[in-house]
Amino acid sequence: MIVDKHGSPLSSVDNLKPDTRHGMILYVEDVSVSFDGFKALNDLNLYIGDGELRCLIGANGAGKTTLMDVITGKTRPDQGKVSFGQQIDLLELDESEIARAGIGRKFQKPTVFEALSVFENIELSLSGDKGIWTALFHKLSGEQKDKIDEVLQTIGLTAEQHYPAGRLSHGQKQWLEIGMLLAAEPRLLLVDEPVAGMTTQETERTAELLTSLAGKHSVVVVEHDMAFVRSIARKVTVLHQGTVLAEGSMDEIQANKAVREVYLGEEQA
Amino acid sequence: MKTLLNSPSVNNITKKMSSLHFVIAILFVSTLYVTVCNLMFAEGSLLHVSDYTVSLLGKYLCYALLALAVDLVWGYCGILSLGHGAFFALGGYAMGMYLMRQIGDRGVYGNPELPDFMVFLNWTELPWYWAGSDNALVMILLVFAGPGLLAYIFGTLAFRSRVSGVYLSIMTQAMTYALLLSFFRNEMGFGGNNGLTDFKEIFGFSLQSPNTKLALFVATAVMLAIGYAISHFIVNSKMGRVVTAIRDAEDRVRFVGYKPQHYKVWIFVVSAMLAGVAGALYVPQVGIINPGEFSPLNSIEIVIWVAIGGRGTLYGALVGAIVVSYAKTRFTAIMPEAWLFGLGGLFVLVTLLLPKGLAGLVTNLMDKIDPPSTDNKPNSSDGSANTSTNKSADDSILTAENK
Repeated sequence: MIVDKHGSPLSSVDNLKPDTRHGMILYVEDVSVSFDGFKALNDLNLYIGDGELRCLIGANGAGKTTLMDVITGKTRPDQGKVSFGQQIDLLELDESEIARAGIGRKFQKPTVFEALSVFENIELSLSGDKGIWTALFHKLSGEQKDKIDEVLQTIGLTAEQHYPAGRLSHGQKQWLEIGMLLAAEPRLLLVDEPVAGMTTQETERTAELLTSLAGKHSVVVVEHDMAFVRSIARKVTVLHQGTVLAEGSMDEIQANKAVREVYLGEEQA
Repeated sequence: MKTLLNSPSVNNITKKMSSLHFVIAILFVSTLYVTVCNLMFAEGSLLHVSDYTVSLLGKYLCYALLALAVDLVWGYCGILSLGHGAFFALGGYAMGMYLMRQIGDRGVYGNPELPDFMVFLNWTELPWYWAGSDNALVMILLVFAGPGLLAYIFGTLAFRSRVSGVYLSIMTQAMTYALLLSFFRNEMGFGGNNGLTDFKEIFGFSLQSPNTKLALFVATAVMLAIGYAISHFIVNSKMGRVVTAIRDAEDRVRFVGYKPQHYKVWIFVVSAMLAGVAGALYVPQVGIINPGEFSPLNSIEIVIWVAIGGRGTLYGALVGAIVVSYAKTRFTAIMPEAWLFGLGGLFVLVTLLLPKGLAGLVTNLMDKIDPPSTDNKPNSSDGSANTSTNKSADDSILTAENK
């Protein structure tokens, strides 16, 4: 059971705040996942600091997406510990509870509610009660409208707010999805390949956006685009065959011999 | 780029606001017309509506309510239920039990307590689940609780295990087929093969009387209007938007913090109850309920009504159910053996040529006559009903080019 600092049980995940007194927002310890004998993650350890912007890189099959799945509750690890702050054991919660506890996730392929308008997409993503009866009799408050406007402004889709999301361009969908995450006011954002399929200009704007989010939120970005990673990352973690191969600044990573062999070497070849 | 701005889905608030009033107004006017023409004009008069027609129309309205129930789960939530006939039949059986008990000692065997088929089976007392079945309130409760409970159990099991798509559809077919087989058994206590029939009266009024038939027709129209209003409220609430979101990207909904399974079960139960009400109104008007109503084919037919009418619009379901049922009445009178081919052909044609059904055709025509303005009036808080009908970008581009 999850208890607060006075020892009394918390009835709802909505009241949980990750305990970050040690400066860490996410603890992934000794996590292993295997699919039919294939070890997707192998004794992986990863710590994300509160307010940090971290980039995860690694070749296909290195386990980046599996790691995201484990953190967000989509995949259960065979062993290991995953906790949000010091006290929230993420392995006890399901996807929706993890989301409400404050972890937002952007998928690799932009996933928005295509039939709904941009505004409605953000509206559904706002933090708050996600129960059935609330939804049935819900009226938007002025405060919530302001919040939606603020998010629309941040992602630059104010003019498009009444379009069905299905008609947005690929890049706009990516931003809308990030906006949906922001509306939920998460403590930790997991962003899977945010600039895939974007133009150079769009990529630059996305880099600005993500950099501006760090500090207020902790952000983990998975990305293949090395130029993009270089432009935003202060700290980079390289995954290889389900474990952490190296960790450090971009320069350190590029100088790392093991990394050059398994990852950068392949890319240049 | 201009065509992108001309999206018809975002700015026809007036159309959207009026759809509820429009449907209720049409229902009211046609019910009034039928009532007046049935009562005021004598047989032989051009304006006369026969008692037979009244009952037939009442039947169509029951189908319309049933189609509405399917549109709610399929059109909005993407749950393709091929077993809604089961909920309809259960509601019908709840009503049938009550009507059987109203026969009293006027049955063939003259037993004041037991329905004829039980006497025939040499049963000496009512099975426990028939307790209270002569009470109208218990009957009304059962009409909601029977289908609702089945939907709750089925939905909880299926949606919690994240069964969806084709697998779910097959399971719903299996559910209704299993019920068909069990209701065929005499030991079930629901009249076996013959079902429940020979009803005499409802709430003390003779079922043979034209006035009762008319009253049942009017009651069906009223229930349809109420059902429509409830559905309209649901799909235009935030609930409706969550449900539409589940239809389009269930994973995303989960990662936003909702529990899709709860929403799916809820809407499935509401839909099953609507179907149950439709069944309960249907039985006194046709005078019989038997296991045939559980037939998987029936459930598929409902889905075809909704597809032809246009799913995800609510009113499309009503139009589809009434138009196809009318066609069936006409067609089966001329060449009964060809009807299924006709229905199948119609389904294929609609799927190929009118993917949004008749409702989509109407929307397209209306946009041509009265193209939506480019100024998007901000009012997105209840935009889901219409945006969902105009999902693909292609048709707006077509419309814009055509004008």
